Amino acid sequence: MVRALNAGLKKAMADDPKVLLMGEDVGTLGGVFRVTEGLKTEFGPKRVLDTPLAESGIVGTAIGLAMRGYRPICEIQFDGFIYPGFDQITSQLAKITNRHRGAQAMPVVIRVPYGGHIGAVEHHQESPETLFAHTAGLRVVSPSTPNDAYWMIQQAVASNDPVMFFEPKGRYWPKGEVDLDAPAVGLHDSRVVRAGTDATLIGYGPMVSVLLAAAGVAAEEGRSLEVVDVRSLSPVDWDPIVASVEKTGRAIVAHEASGFLGMGAEIAAQLTERAFYSLEAPVLRVTGFDIPFPAARLEKLHLPDADRVLEAVDRAFAY
Amino acid sequence: MAEASETVSVLDEHGAFRPSPAAEQYADRALALTLDERVGFLRDMVRTRAFDVGAANLQRQGHLALWVPSYGQEAAQVGSARATRPQDSVFPAYREHAVGMIRGLDPIEIIRMYRGTVHGAWDPAANGNFHQYCLVIGSQTLHATGYAMGVQFDGTTATGDPERDEAVIVYFGDGATSQGDSNEALVFAASYQTPQVFFIQNNHWAISVPVERQSRVPLAQRATGFGLPGVRLDGNDVLASYAVTAALLDDARAGRGPALIEALTYRIGGHSSSDDPTKYRTQEELEWWSGRDPLLRLRRHLEGEGVGAEVFESIDAEGADLAADVRRRTIEMPDPPMSEMFEFVYTDPHPVTEAQHAWLRDYEASYGSEQ
Ligand SMILES: Cc1ncc(C[n+]2csc(CCOP(=O)(O)OP(=O)(O)O)c2C)c(N)n1
Ligand SMILES: [Mg+2]
Repeated sequence: MVRALNAGLKKAMADDPKVLLMGEDVGTLGGVFRVTEGLKTEFGPKRVLDTPLAESGIVGTAIGLAMRGYRPICEIQFDGFIYPGFDQITSQLAKITNRHRGAQAMPVVIRVPYGGHIGAVEHHQESPETLFAHTAGLRVVSPSTPNDAYWMIQQAVASNDPVMFFEPKGRYWPKGEVDLDAPAVGLHDSRVVRAGTDATLIGYGPMVSVLLAAAGVAAEEGRSLEVVDVRSLSPVDWDPIVASVEKTGRAIVAHEASGFLGMGAEIAAQLTERAFYSLEAPVLRVTGFDIPFPAARLEKLHLPDADRVLEAVDRAFAY
Repeated sequence: MAEASETVSVLDEHGAFRPSPAAEQYADRALALTLDERVGFLRDMVRTRAFDVGAANLQRQGHLALWVPSYGQEAAQVGSARATRPQDSVFPAYREHAVGMIRGLDPIEIIRMYRGTVHGAWDPAANGNFHQYCLVIGSQTLHATGYAMGVQFDGTTATGDPERDEAVIVYFGDGATSQGDSNEALVFAASYQTPQVFFIQNNHWAISVPVERQSRVPLAQRATGFGLPGVRLDGNDVLASYAVTAALLDDARAGRGPALIEALTYRIGGHSSSDDPTKYRTQEELEWWSGRDPLLRLRRHLEGEGVGAEVFESIDAEGADLAADVRRRTIEMPDPPMSEMFEFVYTDPHPVTEAQHAWLRDYEASYGSEQ
C-alpha cells in the first residue's frame, strides 16, 4: 500500500501544480513510513515541505495555503499525534466553508497512518477516526487495499472539502494489484468485497482483511458470509450496506477503535432504522475495548481478529 | 517592563509632534503624511467610535447577540490599517472594526455576525482581502502565516515593485500571545521568512486577566527569541502605529522577512457586552487611560495644525450618520432562511446535509410554516 499511496500522491501532484505535501519528515526522509519517498526530489522543496514540528501549525498553515488557492496534503506522523492539531481541524478546517457561506472551499487532505498491528509504543497505534466522523464539515475515508489507496488519495485531493484520510498502517506493507486505468468506485462508495448469503460482516481500513479471513474460515464450515468495506466513514454510503443486510438478515460490525459511541454504534443504529424488518438478530459489534490502546505485548488481545469476529457470528446465529 | 524610551511614539500626549528616541527611523514616514491624510485618520477613528458606540447600544436593546467594542483602540487599528496597501491581506481577531472598514468592508457585515444572523458574513476576496473574524484565540495567526507562505510560493512578493508586492498582516491580542497557535505561527513565519507583520494590540487585559499574567517581558521582546524584529509602539498614537507598520510591511514586501509589533493601548470599553470590567480593574486606571483617548490626541494635533472647528463638526456628523444608517439597517435585518444552516457545510454535494435539510423543510411545512 505504501507504494500505491506514493504513486497516487505523485500523480495528484503532477496533475495539479497547486497540490502541496507538508508535514514532519515528509521531504528529505520521505516520511517515517516512506509514503512520500522521492517526492521532494521530484517536485522540489516548495511543493514538499518539511515543516517545523507542530501539528496545529501544520494544519493551520495548510488552511492559510488553501485560502491562497493551494491544495495542501498534510501528513500527521502518527495517529496519536493528531491531537495538537485537533482544534485547527475541528474548529477551523471543518467550519471555514460554512463560515464563509460557501465562498471559501477548503481542499485540504489530512493523511493519518492509524491503527494497530505494528507493535509500537504508546501514541503510535490509535484509532481516532470517530472523533472526525462526528465532526460536520469533514469527510472521512479509509482505504483497505493498495488499489483503493491509489485511487482514493487522488479522489481525496480532488475534493473541494477537507478529507481526513486514514491509512491503515498495519496494511502498509502487504502488496496488491493496482488498476492504473480507472477507479472502481467513488471516494464515498461502500462496497461488497465478498459475496455471501448468511450474514454480513461490515468494516473498513485495517479490519477488512480480518473480515475476509473470517469469511474464508466460515465458508469452510459451511457458512456464507458477505463482507462490506465501508470505505467512507463520513458520509457513509448506506445503500450497499442496507441491501446486504436485507439479504442476509444478520450484521456484525468490526473496528479497532473502542466500541463505545464508535462507528459500529452508528452503523447498528442506522441498520435498526433502515432494515428493521429484515433483521433476524441484533446488530453485533466486535471492537477494541474501551481502554487506552494497550502496550505492544498485549495488543493481540485488544485488536479484533478473525476468531472474535466468528464468535460474534455464532452469537448472531443463536437468536 | 520596557523603559518608555524604547517605545515608538510620534505625537506626545498633547498631540504635539515630538518623536521619541525609538522613533528615529520611523518619524519620516509620519512627517510625509499630508494634513489631509491625517484628517482622514481622524475621520476613520471617529466613524469607528460612532459605529462601535451605536452597536453597543443595539446590543443593549436586544438587537445583537453580542458586541465586542473597539473603544480606545482606534489609533492602533487605524494607523496600521492605513499602512496596508490594496494588494495586502489582513487577518483580524474579532474587534478590528476600524481595520475592516478601512479595507472596504461594509460594517453591517460585522453587525450581521454579532447579531447571530450568520457565523461570518463576508467574502474576503470581495472585501479588501479582509479575512473573517476568528473567535478561537490565536487561530488566525496560523492562517495568516500559511497564506503568507502561499504569497511567497506564488512569487508575488519581493519582486522589487512595492506597488505590487504583497504582504500579510495579522492582528491578535496580548492574551493571544500565550496560545500555542500564536507561537507556532511565529516559528513557521521565521522559518519560511514569510512576508508578514504580526500586530499585537496589547490592550492590557484578556477579559479579566492582566497582561502581566501572560508575560514577564514586554511582548515585543518575545520576537527576538523567534528570530524576528520586534517593535513596541504607543498604540494610542495613530501616527506611530502608521509609521512603524508601514515600515515593517515594506520590509516584508521587500523580502526582508516577518516582524512583530506590540501596540500599547487600552480597551476603554468592556471586553464584550457580557463583561463587567468594574470587577477587575480600578476606576483610576480607567480614568488614566480615558485621559489618553487616542481620538483626543489626534484632534489636539490637528487643532495645533490649524484645522478648523467646521472640519471636526463635519467628521462628527459623518460618524453620527454612519451609526444611524447601521442602526436602521440592523433593525430591518431579516432572520436567515433555514437553508443557511445546511447549504454551506460542504462545497461539493453531500447526502447528509441535503437529506436533513429536506426533512426539516417538510417537517416545518407540515406545521404550515414556509421556508
Ligand atoms: C481558545 C479560546 N479560549 C478562550 C476564549 C474566550 N475568550 C474570548 S476573548 C478572550 C480574551 C482574549 O484576550 P486578548 O487576546 O488580549 O484579546 P482582547 O479581547 O483583549 O482584544 C478569551 C479568554 C476564546 N475565544 N478562545
Ligand atoms: Mg487584550
